[in-house]
Amino acid sequence: MARMKFLCDAERCIECNACVTACKNENEVPWGINRRRVVTINDGKPGERSISVACMHCSDAPCMAVCPVDVFYQTDEGVVLHSKDLCIGCGYCFYACPFGAPQFPQVGNFGSRGKMDKCTFCAGGPETDKSDVEFKKYGRNRLAEGKLPLCAEMCSTKALLAGDGDVVSDIYRERVVSRGFGSGAWGWGRAYPGQGA
Amino acid sequence: MTAVSRCRGWVAQLAVLALIALGTTFALEFADPQYAAAQSSVRPPADATANVMGGTVPGMSRSSDSASEIWRAVRKGVKGTVSIPDKKAGHLVQSEGDSWRAVRNGPIATWGVIGLAGVIALLAVFFLIRGKIRVEHGMAGRTITRFTDIERIGHWLLAVSFIILAVTGLNITYGKYFLLPVLGKPAFAALAAGGKWLHSYVAFAFMAGLAMVLVLWIRENFPDKYDLIWFLKGGGMIVKGVHPPSKKFNAGQKILFWLVIWGGLGLSLTGIALLFPFQIDFPAGMEPVQQMQFATTWHAVIALVLTIVVIAHIYIGTMGMEGAFDAMGTGEVDENWAREHHSVWAKEVSKSRRGRKARAKAKAAPAE
Repeated sequence: MARMKFLCDAERCIECNACVTACKNENEVPWGINRRRVVTINDGKPGERSISVACMHCSDAPCMAVCPVDVFYQTDEGVVLHSKDLCIGCGYCFYACPFGAPQFPQVGNFGSRGKMDKCTFCAGGPETDKSDVEFKKYGRNRLAEGKLPLCAEMCSTKALLAGDGDVVSDIYRERVVSRGFGSGAWGWGRAYPGQGA
Repeated sequence: MTAVSRCRGWVAQLAVLALIALGTTFALEFADPQYAAAQSSVRPPADATANVMGGTVPGMSRSSDSASEIWRAVRKGVKGTVSIPDKKAGHLVQSEGDSWRAVRNGPIATWGVIGLAGVIALLAVFFLIRGKIRVEHGMAGRTITRFTDIERIGHWLLAVSFIILAVTGLNITYGKYFLLPVLGKPAFAALAAGGKWLHSYVAFAFMAGLAMVLVLWIRENFPDKYDLIWFLKGGGMIVKGVHPPSKKFNAGQKILFWLVIWGGLGLSLTGIALLFPFQIDFPAGMEPVQQMQFATTWHAVIALVLTIVVIAHIYIGTMGMEGAFDAMGTGEVDENWAREHHSVWAKEVSKSRRGRKARAKAKAAPAE
């Protein structure tokens, strides 16, 4: 069984934000919520690098570990998904997540948060695959349609790769060898510890 | 569509094509010859990098110019920029989240259970050995006023809200391990959501009760000479028949008072930070998410300590000591209870009462 992973090649990302837009459009993500974002380090200075980041679908996911109502589950393909029906909006997953992936719509009094929303690796949620309910709550289930996440699929420089971790890392390794440099598979050490990535 | 309009369409398309052709020739004519040469092949010449950078490539992993410094800095929390409105998102990696998780799921959860189970076990042992602390000289049948209505309102406002907050708070920390397996996920999630809602609103009752109690009792809770004697005699709890003197509050009650006041203040401040997530910037020199982690951690620690302390308080105020509950129940305590447990205070009260009676008598006398 494939282990799904994202890999962003910092040497290729040009900060066009197409992945962010593609994600918002494909999943009809509401206002104020960004499942994916592009962060630029040393903006405008020598050595500037950009990284597109969303949920990394960690092996030992911190969000799963701290959730007080246990809404998370990990699919056979390693994708970390959650149930919005069970979420109480406490925000603990956001405090624990190293990548800042969980997002909350603000609803009601004080700063009370609505149901958490995050990148699903375009794999929907616990509802029936490809159903309307699933789409409304979690966005498109492209994996069920036999497709990969749209952010990576339409990346113009192919900086962002998504898919079977073995295939993705092979592509990246080939790149590094042929061009002679690379800054590593960003975030893999944190998200998938002990896998030599 | 008529023949004339179709013809017009063709003419227009031809004109556009001609314009594009013209433009291209024009651009090629005046363009830098170098670029024109580069366009002939997408591959850069073999010595391209050597020419441009003198042998170095930005971010190359095989030279001293490696970008690994950047990534190490990012791993340690250096922020970048984002074009989305949420500027916090520039924080690429917050490794503190791992520490927060480790502390929360580790020491806090473990020591909390040990503390809670420990205090209940200790109280059970104490009850088995010492039993209920009786009023030694028996009930006098006459009572004196210990707490006025307003004092009892303050206490119960604080007490009831604290119990609600403690139960709903414990559910957030431990419900997953104890209640969830029993109730199942949907029922437990509904319960937890209700609990969270209750926790947010009852918090204000707690803060009001805390303020009342502070104003009403702070004067009587400063240390005095009797406190030392109280400690030396173990509060009179260990050996029967020992009754260290004390004013309105003994040393143990004073400790409870200050724990509740300072702990309550800590809970209120961290609680407000959690009620308004990312909306208040505490001048703590921390990233917003670190402030939230700090707030939840301290909130849990203080809450667990206070819960453990309050369990002991509830024990001694109800089943642990005869006559104690009346103080907060009716506000009237038995005279003998007061003499045994708060001798100095009891003397003061009866003196002032006698004085008042005498004065009332003296006033009434001339009418005879």
